Amino acid sequence: MRLTQPHILSINDLTKKDVLTILQTAESFKEISERPIKKVPTLRGKTVVNCFFEDSTRTRMSFEIAEKRLSADTVNISKSGSAMQKGENLLDTMRNIEAMKPDIVVIRHSISGAPMMVAEAIESHVINAGDGMHEHPTQALLDLMTIKEVKGRIQGLTVGIVGDILHSRVARSDMLLFRKMGISVVVGGPRTLMPIGIEDFGVTVCPNIREAIPSLDVLMMLRVQRERADENLFPNLREYARYFGISNETLKDAKDDMTIMHPGPVNRGVEISPEVADGPRSVILNQVTNGVAVRMALLYLLIGDGGNE
Amino acid sequence: MKPIFIKNGRVIDPAKKIDGVMNVVVENGKISAVTSAKKIPEEALVIDAKGAIVAPGFIDLHCHLREPGEEYKEDIESGSQAAAAGGFTTVCCMANTNPVNDCTSVTEYIVNRARVCACVNVLPVGAITKGLKGENLADIGDLACAGAVAISDDGRPVMNAMIMRHAMEYAQTFNLPVISHAEDLNLRGRGVMHEGTASTELGLRGIPAATEETMIARDILLCGLTGSRLHIAHVSTAGGVEMVREAKKLKLPVTCEVTPHHLTLTEQVVHGYDPNTKVNPPLRSENDRRELVAGLADGTIDAIATDHAPHDITEKEVGFEGSAFGMVGLETALPLVLKLVHDKKVPMKRMIEALTIKPASILNLKKKGTLAAGSDADIVIFNPNEPVTIRASAFKSKSRNTPFDGWRLQGKVLYTIVGGNIVYKS
Repeated sequence: MRLTQPHILSINDLTKKDVLTILQTAESFKEISERPIKKVPTLRGKTVVNCFFEDSTRTRMSFEIAEKRLSADTVNISKSGSAMQKGENLLDTMRNIEAMKPDIVVIRHSISGAPMMVAEAIESHVINAGDGMHEHPTQALLDLMTIKEVKGRIQGLTVGIVGDILHSRVARSDMLLFRKMGISVVVGGPRTLMPIGIEDFGVTVCPNIREAIPSLDVLMMLRVQRERADENLFPNLREYARYFGISNETLKDAKDDMTIMHPGPVNRGVEISPEVADGPRSVILNQVTNGVAVRMALLYLLIGDGGNE
Repeated sequence: MKPIFIKNGRVIDPAKKIDGVMNVVVENGKISAVTSAKKIPEEALVIDAKGAIVAPGFIDLHCHLREPGEEYKEDIESGSQAAAAGGFTTVCCMANTNPVNDCTSVTEYIVNRARVCACVNVLPVGAITKGLKGENLADIGDLACAGAVAISDDGRPVMNAMIMRHAMEYAQTFNLPVISHAEDLNLRGRGVMHEGTASTELGLRGIPAATEETMIARDILLCGLTGSRLHIAHVSTAGGVEMVREAKKLKLPVTCEVTPHHLTLTEQVVHGYDPNTKVNPPLRSENDRRELVAGLADGTIDAIATDHAPHDITEKEVGFEGSAFGMVGLETALPLVLKLVHDKKVPMKRMIEALTIKPASILNLKKKGTLAAGSDADIVIFNPNEPVTIRASAFKSKSRNTPFDGWRLQGKVLYTIVGGNIVYKS
């Protein structure tokens, strides 16, 4: 099994068949994380370098655990503690890493487009672990896997994505992937956080998300950064929570089986109340579990098992 | 509450395209009918409006009631009485009070005070930015929930275009129009009157028309970018009117208002240094005034609003340069705008439309601005021809700052009815 792509940079590069292959592979890898000995020799002898130039808990750990469970050798670098503090730029850093012959490089960077620039410059496979406000393809894939798992299907679903769409790479990758797979998407949130041209993603903009809630099968809440209030995108977090956040009260007209998702980290009491985050609709932690499986699948599909180029 | 039967009046309701002698029936605080039928409800109070015009009660989009904080020059009670005397049944009070109306508690205070002591409907306009400082958004969602009908930093502009943009976008969620006080503070500098020949002769620093025009241009462009409803307050420049005209041709959701004093006076009236002629935006050139009148006549200017700005005598008797900006307007509006009708510059119907259904639709007020059956019984009955002499000493307002004292005009409010109750009778 192979993908049509040597890299995982953007959802736009993946075909529907690629996506189904990834989901199928992830589903079979998920079982490994349930075993007492969480290890298979699939990527033994392969080297994966995790270059996380922006903070991360979930994604970085998720990649590292996925790599280790497949028996790969892993190396982590970040901006602090590296020669980048001495002024070495990104491309030089990556070329130097390249010279040590890694098989896969996983990159998270605060600049949109950085992984694409790196992929053009080096030979290794590149996985985009999140670039600026642009994309987070592995997150979208684990979100899709979770939806399929919880709902039992992909067809005919309506997913709402609510919050700071403007700054969200998760929202962009989710919209691209869900639309590619035929899922209807409704987006909502304050107009100040809704980018111009969002309709071109094939989504419906709902000015008042409370009205859309009854029609949703899944509601994905996005994190709102506290700094956005200082940027005058909305008056303060209290107002944000009151008019754009969700609680048991705002969900009272939702379908009984409507699922709540969130890419994390969660601002408890802002975009999502603690009861909802911890409540029966929430599959937020399932997303994290599936993240390891999806990343194992991607690593395998790029270089595992018959993956000698 | 007794029913009211208003007979023999010339009923003008532009919203329903009515102009003719009809009877108006009021029951339970609502308009029951506008009809030629002569049946009078039992126990009704009968008002003979022969020779008078019966219209929906006037709606003032823009006034300053000074409460909370400056009750010495006006408060909600006295301001509402001034409004009723002027034929206004609904007024919108701006947020530049002390404290500023930028949060739920001040809005609720105003709403509650109005419920207790106002004889007309008082609708608060919330602030755009906290403290009107132009730095951080006010609690716009909370303001909407507490009863604000629009947001504006009036008194001040929002100088930062990014903040104005965000405010316009954010207000969409709550369906609030954004009212712009269009003024570039840097261009205004220390100006105190219109920059032109009069200011040069008088030796007073001027406020050029560009002060307003640059900001109207900016706000219209932001309106195009965001798609938000923009209402431009107190337009005073020919250039401003023309820009609004062009924006409307592009079908942008822009509206604007003009004050009776800008329709009547020019910079020339400042000769003599009467501080009651000091107002912001200033009284400008004759060409500006003419274009404002033409703009009102052709509908480019949607509404007439008073910008009623009461000031105590101590704030005006300090020489022109030191005086506060502003004049009262609720009790002089009708005769001043009727002068344009009598001089055949603006049709009567257009004038009434600009005071009734247009303000109502700008603010999305259901059941107001019209005498359609089921509407709130907010009615004004006035004699357009009766001579009046403006007497500031007789004003219901606490303040007297008007340049029109002693003016002989035509147009007298006979009755003002709010929610089926007579709140003013001449």
